[in-house]
Amino acid sequence: MSSEAKKPQAHSTMPNNKPLFWNDPEKRALFFQALLILAVGGAIWIIVDNTLANLEQRGITTGFDFLSKPAGFGILQSLIEYNEQESYGRTFIVGLLNTLLVSGIGIALATLLGFVIGVARLSHNWLISRLALVYIEIFRNIPLLLQIFFWYFAVLRALPNAKQSLSIGESVFLNIRGLYIPSPVFEAGSSIILIALITGVIASFFVSRWAHKRQDDTGQIFPTTWVNLGLIVGLPVIAFFISGSPVSLEYPELKGFNFRGGITVIPEFLALLVALSIYTAAFIAEIVRSGIQSVHHGQTEAAHALGLPHGRTLKLVIIPQAMRVIIPPLTSQYLNLTKNSSLATAIGYPDLVSVFAGTTLNQTGQAVEIIFITMAVYLLISLLISVFMNWYNKRMSLVER
Amino acid sequence: MEKFKPLPSLPAPVKTTGIIGWLRTNLFSSPLNSVMSLILGYIVLSLLIPAINWAFVKADWFGTSRDACTSGGACWVFITSRFSQFIYGFYPETEYWRVDTTFVVLAASLAWLMINHLPWKKWVSIFAVFVFPFVAYVLLHGGHFGLMEVETHRWGGFMLTLVIAVVGIAAALPLGILLALGRRSQMPVIKSFCVVFIEVWRGVPLITVLFMASVMLPLFVPQDITFDKLLRALIGITLFQSAYMAEVVRGGLQAIPKGQYEAADALGLSYWRSMSMIILPQALKMMIPGIVNTFIALFKDTSLVLIIGLFDLLAIVQAALTDPKWLGFSTEGYVFVALMFWVFCFGMSRYSQHLERKLHTGHKR
Repeated sequence: MSSEAKKPQAHSTMPNNKPLFWNDPEKRALFFQALLILAVGGAIWIIVDNTLANLEQRGITTGFDFLSKPAGFGILQSLIEYNEQESYGRTFIVGLLNTLLVSGIGIALATLLGFVIGVARLSHNWLISRLALVYIEIFRNIPLLLQIFFWYFAVLRALPNAKQSLSIGESVFLNIRGLYIPSPVFEAGSSIILIALITGVIASFFVSRWAHKRQDDTGQIFPTTWVNLGLIVGLPVIAFFISGSPVSLEYPELKGFNFRGGITVIPEFLALLVALSIYTAAFIAEIVRSGIQSVHHGQTEAAHALGLPHGRTLKLVIIPQAMRVIIPPLTSQYLNLTKNSSLATAIGYPDLVSVFAGTTLNQTGQAVEIIFITMAVYLLISLLISVFMNWYNKRMSLVER
Repeated sequence: MEKFKPLPSLPAPVKTTGIIGWLRTNLFSSPLNSVMSLILGYIVLSLLIPAINWAFVKADWFGTSRDACTSGGACWVFITSRFSQFIYGFYPETEYWRVDTTFVVLAASLAWLMINHLPWKKWVSIFAVFVFPFVAYVLLHGGHFGLMEVETHRWGGFMLTLVIAVVGIAAALPLGILLALGRRSQMPVIKSFCVVFIEVWRGVPLITVLFMASVMLPLFVPQDITFDKLLRALIGITLFQSAYMAEVVRGGLQAIPKGQYEAADALGLSYWRSMSMIILPQALKMMIPGIVNTFIALFKDTSLVLIIGLFDLLAIVQAALTDPKWLGFSTEGYVFVALMFWVFCFGMSRYSQHLERKLHTGHKR
């Protein structure tokens, strides 16, 4: 307040002491910003100019017309219908879906493994905590690419051929060509099961809300977990038997030199998934450990003093506080895993980089457009994951005064 | 009356001391723990014994061809017979001393800076920052002072891994400092430029950056300028890494109490003077663990250059594995590369943890 009062006085005593143009911070700021705009604009102009000249000289067309031209190459694994006559645009979608598939399953597996190992690291059993430590220190200090190569070339490429497959029962087979598992076959009437599942999920949502409200009002606890489990698992199972078991399993069978039927998981996918999950789990385990350790021991003691049993202490006191510390770094690990899935290109798993920024780029030569699209897609995925995790973080964070 | 004498204290129960006590508290504290300890112990032993057998007991160490491997265990002959290739790549054998000298000088100056209480640290750091890069370039690349020229396509192996990692981190640091200062700037244009720059590089995978550097960079410059393949990779890695570095620097800048900024302003120091004399010296000290962690990540990521056709340690071992004379030794090859990377990364992460503990004094309140 006093400085505001003094300001006009200072001006009045030194009326002609207005700062020079280059000493006025505001004008200086304007000058530097204009300079930056000019420099960036100039750099972009030079780059665009050079690129156009270079492209013309090499006879490479520009524009996005190539997306509708036929691709003419096959792709090892595709979640949607794809054949060689499809367009380059379609290869982009196939690659993107493959990236999302391996990242999604990888995130789920890495989270599961990471939480188990992070908790094991804090075990009072010396052997368990040491083993978790050894796991963490080994896997996070070895390059991911090397781990992918190890699983692909040293483990999966060393498996026997189809006739000597490793098998569990007569339904799951593992050999050099991949993993074969039974696939469900949906016959007429199986939609009832789906409807039952949806009903179960919706019902459990309302049960949780009701139970929460009742606990707030009366203090009585309702066994929500078991009831919801019953609703979500039980309803579809009942529907399955009532409708006369319309879903059957198709088992893979050895015919000639290869397996037919069932679901085939290609070895490239397996190697990438295993390496990504194991590598990221080591980082997640450290995050989980530090998150749990960040909750003060007094919190546990206070909960016990209130008479909360051990399970409830964990669920209501420790985990909510630990999650607050865990979620932000966990988000960046999820982002890392998604970005690291682009290493697929080194072993030929058909992800976005391998299919689109690899084969399609080599065939069309339109590097600028393709690299631009690829980077934009990864940026978009990163942004979406951050937005979702920020929302989740906001929901989980403790509301303080 | 006899003076009261307490009885001599009994020794602690056998159950709670020595090996037995340790076992009881750490492995067999409850029935469940005992069962888990036994099962896990069995699994570990049944995996560890064959692994040690394979790697040491039944292994063959020296020889010239795969015929030397007769014992049935690991065939380390594959590594030992090609060791110099794995370390130096295709660098001419008579010139190995140049690589050795470069890295010995680098290691010596870093060690000098890391060990406490050594004199002339200022001069050593000036040498390491301003003189050493030129010395290293002249020594490694040659072509001056009567040294034979060794083009970068003959560089390879572990030496190339180190070159990429060290150059990447050294070039990314000043760029990262500028970006971090820009991100904290009051000027909206500069701030938004830095935010966009940082977030774009952090949002895309390194592979696409390397692809961009190797495919698009030649298109961006006039036809008559050509880029070396290694230089292209280095430019891509530096840009990518500078974004991560900027976030580390920003963390350091935010950790400086506001009073320090205000005190610098009150002394009438200009922006650059207050930054270089007050803020950055304090912030850089706190950033060292973060920088080391970034360096570890970069060190592991250098292995990606094999995708654009450079022969770093992993790429050169991978290439050697496809040699028809040495087929089927992929496990030995990968174990060797893993060990090399692991020793470096683990050592550095321990150093950074040590630093964190050491530096965690000044600003903790």
